[in-house]
Amino acid sequence: MIRLDHLSKLYSGRAVVEDVSLTVETGQIAALVGTSGSGKTTLLRMINRLVEPTKGRVWIGDTDAAKIEPHLLRRRIGYAIQGHGLFPHRTVGENIAIVPRLLGWREAEISARIDELMQLFDLDPAVYRDRLPHALSGGQQQRVGVARALAARPELLLMDEPFGALDPVIRAKAQDDLRAIQRQLGTTLVIVTHDMEEAIQLGDRIAVMDKGRLLQFAPPSEILTAPATPFVEALVGAAERPFRLLSLSTVDALREPGEAPGTPINPDTSLREALALCLWEGRAALPVSGGGIVTLAALQARAEGASR
Amino acid sequence: MRFALPPLSALSPTGLLFAATGAIGLWLPLVQFKPNRIVAGQGVDLIAALPGPAGWAVALGMAAILALGLAAGRGLGLRLGLAVLGLGLSLFALGLAARGLMPEGNRMARVSPAAGFWLQFLAFALMATDALARLRPGIRTRAAILAGAVAAGTGVLASGWLDRTSVMIEYAARAEMFSRSLWQHLLLAFGSLGLAFIVGLPLGIAIFMARPLRKPVLTLLNMLQTIPSLALFGIMIPIFGWVAAHVPGAADLGVAGIGPFPALMALFLYALLPVVSNTWVGLSSVSPAVRDAALGIGMTPAQVLRQVELPLALPVVLAAVRIVLVQNIGLAVIAGLIGGGGFGSFVFQGLNQTAMDLILLGALPTIFLALVAGIGLDLVIETLSRQKHRSTP
Ligand SMILES: Nc1ncnc2c1ncn2[C@@H]1O[C@H](COP(=O)(O)OP(=O)(O)OP(=O)(O)O)[C@@H](O)[C@H]1O
Ligand SMILES: [Mg+2]
Repeated sequence: MIRLDHLSKLYSGRAVVEDVSLTVETGQIAALVGTSGSGKTTLLRMINRLVEPTKGRVWIGDTDAAKIEPHLLRRRIGYAIQGHGLFPHRTVGENIAIVPRLLGWREAEISARIDELMQLFDLDPAVYRDRLPHALSGGQQQRVGVARALAARPELLLMDEPFGALDPVIRAKAQDDLRAIQRQLGTTLVIVTHDMEEAIQLGDRIAVMDKGRLLQFAPPSEILTAPATPFVEALVGAAERPFRLLSLSTVDALREPGEAPGTPINPDTSLREALALCLWEGRAALPVSGGGIVTLAALQARAEGASR
Repeated sequence: MRFALPPLSALSPTGLLFAATGAIGLWLPLVQFKPNRIVAGQGVDLIAALPGPAGWAVALGMAAILALGLAAGRGLGLRLGLAVLGLGLSLFALGLAARGLMPEGNRMARVSPAAGFWLQFLAFALMATDALARLRPGIRTRAAILAGAVAAGTGVLASGWLDRTSVMIEYAARAEMFSRSLWQHLLLAFGSLGLAFIVGLPLGIAIFMARPLRKPVLTLLNMLQTIPSLALFGIMIPIFGWVAAHVPGAADLGVAGIGPFPALMALFLYALLPVVSNTWVGLSSVSPAVRDAALGIGMTPAQVLRQVELPLALPVVLAAVRIVLVQNIGLAVIAGLIGGGGFGSFVFQGLNQTAMDLILLGALPTIFLALVAGIGLDLVIETLSRQKHRSTP
């Protein structure tokens, strides 16, 4: 079990994470979603103290994370990130062995663990164990990254957009595999994602964040049926609900005069895609090529009309 | 493939360059004859310099080699062989000319290599390196070739064939000082490199970890680097002279205004910028994701530095070793000016006495050392970066 207790992080007086409390039960998956810059990564990194909280506490089981030396704490917690962060000068086997070595496991034990994990992640040890990471495909590298995070059988695994760099097909498979392996090992998992579909598919509970605040922390079904705020509703809606009207009309229909930064979108873009863009990139308006803009407010107004 | 014969019509552009260089070399005087070591001499060309028909034979031989080199795409191995033969011929001619021209029992006269010899030698050396570069030999082969070239050079000198040439006569008169200078020169170059690493590596790590230090340190080192070398060596004299006179115990430790100590310090200061900046660049080039993951899975910052950042920075740091070593072998010549020893002593003595041969006695081995060090370190760096990719399928 892991419990975040009124966690806040301030950077030069500005709250990047503000008063977040939540509990993830042992063996459960919590998916952190929210727009870019909403503080997901900061929240995750406060759990293993890559970022020190300004206020609040992190409890892992009944230990206060602040009371353990950061590197010793991190050896108990798996950590996998986008772009995997494998050591390019170490072989696959050596990469997976890092934490067990730090913990002083015996060599035979380490070697057995490497083979076991590689098999679990569908990588033939005979073929891949002695390769360097650059001689692997992106999907394989990502799996090694997760295998490395799980090497020392951590009770808790933290992942920051681990599938962010993968193409959609491999990504779906990677999600399925992760879910299966997580269930099999019973590891508690906190995963940050940009992708509401991914959060719904993986999460036992979803934490929706906006501007450093936790808006809702609930099972996916509840998030879908009883969104706590219009923001959550819009976020969920953009990904999951059949916005027929939004999908049917194009940006052209809501075009209004004005200027907005960024690359202009095509006037043929559907309203649904435009809304998704606004939400994920945290923008109030998008420029439309050929002149004019489309605003988040207009899109949300249309979406509300559509969902009635 | 190597020995496939191409259409003869095609002319190799590089072959043309080598042939032109060599032809001018054949035309210019092979050696200079001087009644004594400091007067201006008189040029003697190849035909006249060698006894009897030997001059013609050598000239024709060289011309034939240069002409064969003209045809593009001739077997590279053949080209290399021809070039080596050409190098041998030019050394043979030089030795023979010196033997023939030196009057028996005359200890004052000198026969020095002149423009003709240098250009011939250059043409064949270029031809050889060109062929070698195109052959793309593996690392081992190149190491063997380097060793072979060093052995061959030493062998030629040891054989005594060139003993009557001016440079070798200067050498014979100073054999003991020469080997002392060699050691001093190596000590200056490697010693300053070692010092630069002892100080520069931690400094590079420090400016990598402590951002505010970066600018002042790099600016200072950059400024040092822009001081002209002669001036820097000159500045050392009063500074360390003062230190030796006023700091108790300093003089006993070898600190002095002139001699090897200030020279070592000047070289060390020059070496510092490449070492510090390459260490910093190498460390900063490590991907942030790798660093983040290393910390995130529980390595201490010291472990991240030792096991991840430094190994990944190694190729860039080694590049600094190469820069510094080659640079310092050359710059160490200036140590001769402030009594620091090394091959520079010959160069500056020679300049004082306007004795060109003595200058060459200092300059030639310096060039040779720099070349060998540069090529040797390239081989080391390549071997290491190969190893890094050893498991590429
Ligand atoms: N070290 C730091 N110093 C100052 N501000 C920071 C620092 N780290 C993050 N921030 C700011 O905190 C806010 C939240 O950042 P964070 O990386 O947690 O967002 P995120 O939700 O993970 O975004 P994304 O989805 O783009 O990864 C951003 O506005 C960011 O600029
Ligand atoms: Mg993030």
